[in-house]
Amino acid sequence: MKRDIILAGVGGQGILSIATTIGTAALNVGLHLKQAEVHGMSQRGGDVSSNLRIADHEIASDLIPYGKADLIISVEPMESLRYLPFLSPDGWLITNTKPFVNITNYPEMGKLMAEIEKISNHIALDADEIAKKLGSVRSANMVILGAASPFLEMNYSDLQDAIRHIFEQKGVEIVKINLDALQAGRDFTEAHMN
Amino acid sequence: MDQKLMLLGDEAIAQAAIDAGISGIYAYPGTPSTEITEYVIQSVEAKSGQIRAGWSTNEKTAMESALGMSYAGKRAMVCMKHVGLNVAADPFMNSAITGANGGLIVVSADDPSMHSSQNEQDSRVFGQFAMLPILEPTNQQDAYDMVHFGFDMSEKLGVPVLMRITTRLAHSRAGVMRKPQRPQNEIHLPDDHRQFILLPANARRQYKSLLHKQDEFEKYSFNSGFNVFTDGENKSLGIITTGIAYNYLLENYPERNIPFPVLKIGQYPVPHSMVAAIYGSCDELLILEEGYPIVEESIRGFLNNGKTVHGRLDGSVPRDGELNPNIVAVALGLEDTRGKDIPSIVVSRPPSLCKGCPHIYSYNALNQALAEFSKGRVFSDIGCYTLGALDPFDAINTCVDMGASITMAKGAADAGLHPAVAVIGDSTFTHSGITGLIDCVKDKSKIMLMILDNETTAMTGGQDSSAFGRIEDICLGVGVNKDHIIILDPSPKFHDVNLAILKQELDYEGVSVIIPRRECIQTSIRHHKELKKIEIMAS
Repeated sequence: MKRDIILAGVGGQGILSIATTIGTAALNVGLHLKQAEVHGMSQRGGDVSSNLRIADHEIASDLIPYGKADLIISVEPMESLRYLPFLSPDGWLITNTKPFVNITNYPEMGKLMAEIEKISNHIALDADEIAKKLGSVRSANMVILGAASPFLEMNYSDLQDAIRHIFEQKGVEIVKINLDALQAGRDFTEAHMN
Repeated sequence: MDQKLMLLGDEAIAQAAIDAGISGIYAYPGTPSTEITEYVIQSVEAKSGQIRAGWSTNEKTAMESALGMSYAGKRAMVCMKHVGLNVAADPFMNSAITGANGGLIVVSADDPSMHSSQNEQDSRVFGQFAMLPILEPTNQQDAYDMVHFGFDMSEKLGVPVLMRITTRLAHSRAGVMRKPQRPQNEIHLPDDHRQFILLPANARRQYKSLLHKQDEFEKYSFNSGFNVFTDGENKSLGIITTGIAYNYLLENYPERNIPFPVLKIGQYPVPHSMVAAIYGSCDELLILEEGYPIVEESIRGFLNNGKTVHGRLDGSVPRDGELNPNIVAVALGLEDTRGKDIPSIVVSRPPSLCKGCPHIYSYNALNQALAEFSKGRVFSDIGCYTLGALDPFDAINTCVDMGASITMAKGAADAGLHPAVAVIGDSTFTHSGITGLIDCVKDKSKIMLMILDNETTAMTGGQDSSAFGRIEDICLGVGVNKDHIIILDPSPKFHDVNLAILKQELDYEGVSVIIPRRECIQTSIRHHKELKKIEIMAS
């Protein structure tokens, strides 16, 4: 088993919270893991990505080779497309549709969505909107993770346990918000696939 | 101890330093090295006072402090980014001559592809220049193990050891197994009380001793287990990898069935016998190095009249930038697995100043104050404010090295450019700006210096700044006229006031120091959160 995942977003959007959740779940079930992060200059509102690699065997490279990523998980629509050279022909692209506009030449949304639609295996959802309805827009990243969860080849309950583990110190309310967000994302994908 | 920790390469080095019994860690923040020292600062051992951990004013002071701790017989680590080693070069080069007493490891984190740097110099060159042993880990576990080994080697051979890492290892997480913690050294001064006195007579003796140790360094490289030869059936090609390049090679053989002989290098000097063996048994060689083609160049030789050597110099591998699995695949003639192209609609998203950042308002005022003059008068420096080079500010014209804003403005002013403006951050000012300011005061140079004081080292994540609370005193102390040390509040509501002051000081024919002061928006948010937490806990 191996899952190579590119996490994408804009510096400050907190993509590492997704990596931490998947990583915690993977470690809890004894899988190997490597996670390359971006620190430094790009964190100031630039494009950021993280290479998350999970396998039941030793992993060699910290970086995912071109064309080998099983998943691109993006919290921002334009950023989801930046890593297409890494996506495997049968890989999935899961992206938030809520744009993060901090540049003046951000592309037109319609054209952006048309490009995303061209990827045969894709799930696009407005995670911010879903999270807001659930009571906290800050849980949007967990909605995205939930939407990606059917493709992770991990038990859903392991992800739930990871969320409980990570957020338990912040109180039961925060745990619940994040678990609900995860479920809402998963429901979206399941409805979309059927 | 049998529990695996998920650590960044930087954190693996930090945990290893703690476990190997360091008494102190010294550093100036710099991507991708910062997390080493941060991790130690956050450790129980540092918080309880068993380990001295904190930020130095610059890499030179850090290196010297670490050398002093080694002199006193205790183990010390000093960390920096690659260009920081330039700043620490004087003590670093000379520490090879003095040698070490307590174990001393110098960690230099290189940034090939310049993700967050102004060049991609390879610290191994510096290690060879100093003639010191160099360790270059392949992965996070290696990094952890090498620190233990490095301290042992440093104490047994009596020399500092350079550890060279690169961005991908520094900032990638993987499982790491710890070793048992060992106690720190007691104070014990060098047996030879002249060892650290580099007067010519002593220095000549010490230098001979360093030269004499080179064979022993090579023996260590041969026996350590960090340089490994694995034979292969197909002798048409022999592959030599250094550091993390090995991982990219392995990645291309998922079954781990590499048909070619492979020499994996993790420690320098590279043992001649190992290179001779693979060179002798294979038709051609391919060298995969993260960084400069150092091993490649030395095997090729000046005349390149031996066997064919492929690598960065013959174009098999790009001459610059970091490696990745695909570059290695192409060099091996394997399939290029690149997927779909990036749609042309995707535009670049450069980093930018945060919303509410005080620098925004400093630059708005400066741009307007300079509007009546021709462009090209602003000499800047290394930090968040370097982003003032980008749209919408387009406010600065240089960024070279720590402190160069002040001295380059001086040189341009000396050449007759007036007004000439220097823009530097608070932490960069104390790092390397003060000496330049003294030059300006001494020469009565006509420069306007803006010290953008956000009360932190912001770009690297908000570490303490040595400048905190003492900038005016420093400026006064080096002789700047007190009427021309002016503090501003870089907030939009003070724009007009600030603009008027800048215009007035641009006219001044001497050294003027403007200090726009407001806390970094990121550390400010963090401090508010911490305060709130304390309030909640108190109630």
